Amino acid sequence: MIELKNVNKIYNDGFQALTKVNVEFQEGKINVLIGPSGCGKTTTMKLLNRLVDYTDGEVYFNGKKIKEMNPIELRRQMGFVIQNIGLFPHMTIFNNVATVPKLLKWDKDRIKKRVIELLEMVNLDPNTYMNRYPSELSGGQQQRIGVIRALAAEPSTILMDEPFSALDPISREQLQDELLRLQTEINKTIIFVTHDMDEALKIADNIVLMKDGKVVQQGSPDSLLSNPANDFVKEFIGEKRLNSNNQLNDLSLANYINKDILLVQSDIRIEKATSSLIERKVSSAVVINEDETYNGIVSLYDAIENNSSEINSIIKKASLIIYENDKVSTVLEKIEGIHDIVPVLSKEDIVVGLLSVDKLFATLHHLTEYKRGEI
Amino acid sequence: MEFIMELGQYMIANYQELLNLAWEHILMVAYGIGLALLIGVPLGVIAAKVNWLAPIILSLVNILQLIPSLAMLALLMLYFGFGFKTVVIGLLFYSLLPIVRNTYVGIKEVDESIIEAGVGNGMTPLQLLYKIQFPLSIPFLMAGIRLAAVIAISVATIGPYIGAGGLGKEIISGISLQSDVKIYAGAIPATIIAILADFILGKVEQKSKKRMAA
Repeated sequence: MIELKNVNKIYNDGFQALTKVNVEFQEGKINVLIGPSGCGKTTTMKLLNRLVDYTDGEVYFNGKKIKEMNPIELRRQMGFVIQNIGLFPHMTIFNNVATVPKLLKWDKDRIKKRVIELLEMVNLDPNTYMNRYPSELSGGQQQRIGVIRALAAEPSTILMDEPFSALDPISREQLQDELLRLQTEINKTIIFVTHDMDEALKIADNIVLMKDGKVVQQGSPDSLLSNPANDFVKEFIGEKRLNSNNQLNDLSLANYINKDILLVQSDIRIEKATSSLIERKVSSAVVINEDETYNGIVSLYDAIENNSSEINSIIKKASLIIYENDKVSTVLEKIEGIHDIVPVLSKEDIVVGLLSVDKLFATLHHLTEYKRGEI
Repeated sequence: MEFIMELGQYMIANYQELLNLAWEHILMVAYGIGLALLIGVPLGVIAAKVNWLAPIILSLVNILQLIPSLAMLALLMLYFGFGFKTVVIGLLFYSLLPIVRNTYVGIKEVDESIIEAGVGNGMTPLQLLYKIQFPLSIPFLMAGIRLAAVIAISVATIGPYIGAGGLGKEIISGISLQSDVKIYAGAIPATIIAILADFILGKVEQKSKKRMAA
């Protein structure tokens, strides 16, 4: 856990780079620091591994004040990916990746195993690349090495200073995708500095937007898009991105709730449920308690299989339930894979209806079609 | 044509003596540069690392270089006496400037982002120096050694004035005997040694550069 409390940074010449910065970086997530140039985002990041020291306030790393920690040891606990790649040109790829493990004096076998594992993680064949020099690699490959060098000693935290900005657009996209894929495996606390809003929206779990050394707004990409704090945030995000998100938020979930559905009481016999299902020509139904609150779902298949017993024995939990005041965008985030039926509940857990997934996707399809036409 | 024949005959007749002188010449230069490396590289490193010392160190070695070579050797003779040792010390002083300056520049020239990567990955200042900065300054240092070698080979020819050997002996005795054959017999091998040293060290420099290209 990394936390900045009331941090000020004033340079010797009197320039105040940071003013009362309060930030909490979420553990195991990609935290993006973003803002126009000179806003203090890089300074904020460099505070964390003490490449820059703050004037007052406090920075906590796993509960400890970083000013009381040895900067050399602190840096070895944090991976660091820099803007201009910064590979050591006189060292082989192997030695570049092994930098921090060597500083930490790991034994040779362990280092070798780790380097091979890391190269495989970014799809670079260890036998081909291990003994090459950085100049023999393309820009995209070099920054992959830059990223795995930061991962080598298994730090919990990784600092990335505009890591992809020097790359061509195609490599940049690839590395962003790769970072997202890697993150699902490694779940590190990543602090990522960028000035590119598209990049931030694509990779961030948490965005910290800065201006003139102050934090203007922080939150999930969604919350920034839907509730920009002020005009600067709006302008920085850009009208176009806000609009595309608004279209989604303008959709009302109410339009996609099918209220005319079969409800089954939780105390009836199975055969009665079976006959209602067949009568309504549906394969599943929502089971409700006496007070009309949600209980579970039953499927026709289970009902036919167990013809004799009480309905309780075949009630299952729905793989996804949503609430009627959810936003369409949150619902979309939750829909993963195929769901049998998706019950929609009110705040009091009373069943309102079923989500009409087909209808929702038809609308989305229409929206994206329209957008493509616009470009 | 006649002169070239005469020179050829002289050189063949005295080849043993000339080889000995050439060897002595090379030894003086090698010792001088070797000592200059031992002293100059640490000085260059200190200049690069301690900002306020840089102008002091660099001006001092610059001044050493500006003293005329004959005067320098004569002055050294007052303190160290006649002979081989004094010439080696003179060559050491003459080689100091290119070696100190190039070490200094080499370390200063290391790309800022590479330094940041080293520091950011948790290297101590000493580790940064011997793992990153010094290895990356080697192509510059090689260029310095190359320059120092060429200078030292030519300065060493005045060694015999203070009682040392080397190819200068042949040249100086040629001057006093007014024998152009003897002068050429000393000057030509000295020139060849300088050209060869320049060529070979140039190759080494190229090779060290190749890998560093980021």
